Amino acid sequence: MNQNASSVVVESLVKRFGDFTAVDHVSFETRRGEIFGFLGPNGAGKSTTIRMLCGLLQPTSGRAQVAGFDVARQPDAVRQRIGYMSQKFSLYNDLRVGENLRFFAGLYNVDSEVLSERIHWALEMAGLAGREAALTGTLASGWKQRLALGCAVLHRPPILFLDEPTSGVDPISRRQFWDLIHRMAAEGVTVFVTTHYMDEAEYCNRLALIHRGQLVALGTPTELKQRQMKGELLLVEAEPLARAIEVLSSAPGVLDAAVFGNALHLVVPQAAPAIPALRRYLEERGLRVARLEAIEPTLEDVFVSLTSGRAEPGPEGN
Amino acid sequence: MLARLHQMLIKEFLQVFRDKRSRFLLIVPPIVQMLIFGYAATFEIRHVPIAVLDLDHSQESRELVARFTASRTFEVRARLEHHRQIAELIDRGEVILTVQLHPGFAQRLRKGQTAPVQVILDGTNSNTALIALGYVNRIADRFARDYQRDRLRRTAPLTVAQTPTVELERRPWFNPDLRSRWFFIPGIIGSLTLVMVVNLTAFSIVRERELGTLEQIMVTPIRRSEFILGKTLPYFLIGLADAALIALVGTLWFQVPFRGELWVLFLGTVLFLLSMLGVGLFISTISATQQQAMVTAFFFLMPAITISGFGSPISSMPEALQYISYADPLRYFLVVLRGVYLKGVGLEVLWAQMAMMAVIGVTLLTISVLRFHKSLD
Repeated sequence: MNQNASSVVVESLVKRFGDFTAVDHVSFETRRGEIFGFLGPNGAGKSTTIRMLCGLLQPTSGRAQVAGFDVARQPDAVRQRIGYMSQKFSLYNDLRVGENLRFFAGLYNVDSEVLSERIHWALEMAGLAGREAALTGTLASGWKQRLALGCAVLHRPPILFLDEPTSGVDPISRRQFWDLIHRMAAEGVTVFVTTHYMDEAEYCNRLALIHRGQLVALGTPTELKQRQMKGELLLVEAEPLARAIEVLSSAPGVLDAAVFGNALHLVVPQAAPAIPALRRYLEERGLRVARLEAIEPTLEDVFVSLTSGRAEPGPEGN
Repeated sequence: MLARLHQMLIKEFLQVFRDKRSRFLLIVPPIVQMLIFGYAATFEIRHVPIAVLDLDHSQESRELVARFTASRTFEVRARLEHHRQIAELIDRGEVILTVQLHPGFAQRLRKGQTAPVQVILDGTNSNTALIALGYVNRIADRFARDYQRDRLRRTAPLTVAQTPTVELERRPWFNPDLRSRWFFIPGIIGSLTLVMVVNLTAFSIVRERELGTLEQIMVTPIRRSEFILGKTLPYFLIGLADAALIALVGTLWFQVPFRGELWVLFLGTVLFLLSMLGVGLFISTISATQQQAMVTAFFFLMPAITISGFGSPISSMPEALQYISYADPLRYFLVVLRGVYLKGVGLEVLWAQMAMMAVIGVTLLTISVLRFHKSLD
């Protein structure tokens, strides 16, 4: 498998629906065997991008190559080389587990010599061994989702597209699902995954942050957390919270303030001198400060920091 | 190519025959509908409830009333005393017709004058009223003729044989007893097949679109032609089986004669199904949800049956509708069905109908296939 066969190359990709620009000049490249995350809120353009890469939507402009083929001009060549799991569960509920697997294996022309081995593998992977005869509609969501993954990779595609694969799945199943993704990536499969769960984004090798159709940052989770922050991060717990955010938003040296649960995250140029200064600033204004300390930024902080000042997200586009 | 089509067919048949309910729906409703329509759809009238108001109380008036009583067409429900009773009976729908004989009926007859008989009838159902009126006419005519003949026989026996009459010799071809059931049953075979196949085809693709499974199929390397064939071939075969089932009920249960050749009917059915698959497929390309598909199918089905010549003849429709009916495949299929069943004619007569169905079928299928894209745009 060469580099080209398992890569996704996107150049200035645009998709417009009427006046609405769902994907706005997005460019990136993936590497073989990496888990490439597409992170952003609902309506940011994640599903639209993934659908263009699978040949389900025609790009308005720009270029995308998947497995070395142009998605707009050679969609069938692309389709034979990718696996796709859509947001919505989309196997046949009224077919048995084994019937779904054989159906999709047939559509992908899986060789009859390896067919039973591949189906066996998919059943094992999904934890459904011995349950081939179960009606798919009767399975719990975690099993359904792993069965859908199984159906999507029966033909051993070098590239796998997963659109919000874990939405509506319980935490344990989510964990198991990510273990499967990591195993496939270790075998050299390039995994392109969209999510709006920040914790899941940490499992990705590289992340593209997308906001209102635009790619706002790209890098490993660690890189993003270190480089993309405009300063250092402080955590503040103060009473009353509403007044605290009001006061801190206009405090000297505060670049950004956002609510995280019952605390505030502040971005300041340098943490060490800001801590005593801000404590004084708050107390002078009659606020009780319970905690004020420097913390490591999470991806959510990075995301908030990168998108603050930009307009609110557009309408739901997923 | 064949391997993927094969998979599509397996999947489609598994889905259709998996649960008891859909198996039941493919077999039982067509038969039940055939039986209901077969009995209910008729132009013939029997046991029409009537009332008689005889104000003459003469031998002649009683004899005329007796002819109504003896008729199988009419059932005398009430003998009235006063004409004021008429309105109420007709209003309440208890009778649809009243025959009123005025005082002096017999006297006028005896004098050789015209004796009026008043018929008041409920015109709500114009068709029934018209046919009933025809029967009343016939009874009155027969009565008058017999009366006249009796009178002549008594007064001038020698002239009876010289009275000129015109006698209609009825020789209805193909349906000697003019049973309207023979006319309707072939039409019902066509209409039921139409409804079944259009609905099944239209829903099968739209359902996948609505459930999201269509999206999953579209990212596989399946070709457009494989998908469409996989989606239509099962319903073509099911439609053929259902048509055969309904036709068997018509032939065996209702005893409609089958005078033509089976292969001609088979060819006609195949061509008709082709155009129906085209319609179903077309509906599925313009509908995003099953509800839209249902409304669109209904919008097509009702007029398609009405202007096909199923009930009323196309020649009595306004000219514009007659032109529209040329695009209605059922119009041609009905000619084929009635031609094969009742007239026993073959391709030498029905080739034009066959050709029209083929043209409509191929056109619709081509348009639908071109409209169907493997994308969500």
